[in-house]
Amino acid sequence: MIEQIVFYLFSGILLLSASMVVVMRNPIHSALFLVLSFFASAAIWLLLQAEFLAIALVLVYVGAVMVLFLFVVMMLDINLVKVREGFARFLPVGITVAVLMVAAMGLVVGSDYFMSDTYMAIKSVGPDYSNTKELGLTLYTEYLYQFEIAGAILLVAIIAAISLSMNKSKVNKSISPEDQVYVKKADRLRVVKMQSESKSDNKNGESEV
Amino acid sequence: MITLPEVLSLAALLFCISIAGIFLNRKNVIILLMCIELMLLSVNMNFIAFSHFLGDIHGQIFVFFILTVAAAEAAIGLAILVVMFRSKGSINVDDLDSMKG
Repeated sequence: MIEQIVFYLFSGILLLSASMVVVMRNPIHSALFLVLSFFASAAIWLLLQAEFLAIALVLVYVGAVMVLFLFVVMMLDINLVKVREGFARFLPVGITVAVLMVAAMGLVVGSDYFMSDTYMAIKSVGPDYSNTKELGLTLYTEYLYQFEIAGAILLVAIIAAISLSMNKSKVNKSISPEDQVYVKKADRLRVVKMQSESKSDNKNGESEV
Repeated sequence: MITLPEVLSLAALLFCISIAGIFLNRKNVIILLMCIELMLLSVNMNFIAFSHFLGDIHGQIFVFFILTVAAAEAAIGLAILVVMFRSKGSINVDDLDSMKG
């Protein structure tokens, strides 16, 4: 009973904060409400006995990804009035699509074909059960190659993010070969016309001083 | 005791809220990225619910990989967003029409 109350409490927080993410005027408020919804869903995952993933969600999403979002939102100088222009125009379409999808998913979830009442009997695990240990035992044996591919994907993401956002100004003094090939004699050498000076003129000049 | 249809309904409602958000916030790419994160969260919640109610750990492994890919997607998406703001001066989706698609 207490489990159900906690579940409904955090579900309410999750749905409310998710709708606030959608309707908030300021992107910073949206990002903060997204943090709240991640916390609420982490609590629900804890209730579903996925302890490692709940903590990973808080650490990775709230700690890293949402900080990245907030950083980008604060770095960009956005015109809030222009950003909100199409909100009222798309409101009927958005609500229609959302209601249709809720109806369709309600038909799927509430149907008898799911036999969802048979899933309720779940074996209860003892206090010495470690979710992290079982996850690690499966991850590092059966899913080892997939785990390495995930590491490669993260490496590619790091390289892509750095190369995309790096400023393209020259950081070193290397010379470009095509510029060297295209150089003409007139670009580098300037011939100056001037009167020739004789030795005797020079001596006269010295004597005057 | 939580039942499976309750968790599935919660994930479905979360998914529909984020779909509505994608339709409503057509002018702001940052909110679109946040709505995609919410969608991935609801999918993860389905995986964890089935993993719990079927007593199978493989669903949680899948959530682990989805979290990895979602983090990479958010990083690259925000980098593209910064480059777009630097070159166009706005984050409006309608300004991204230079390919005339």
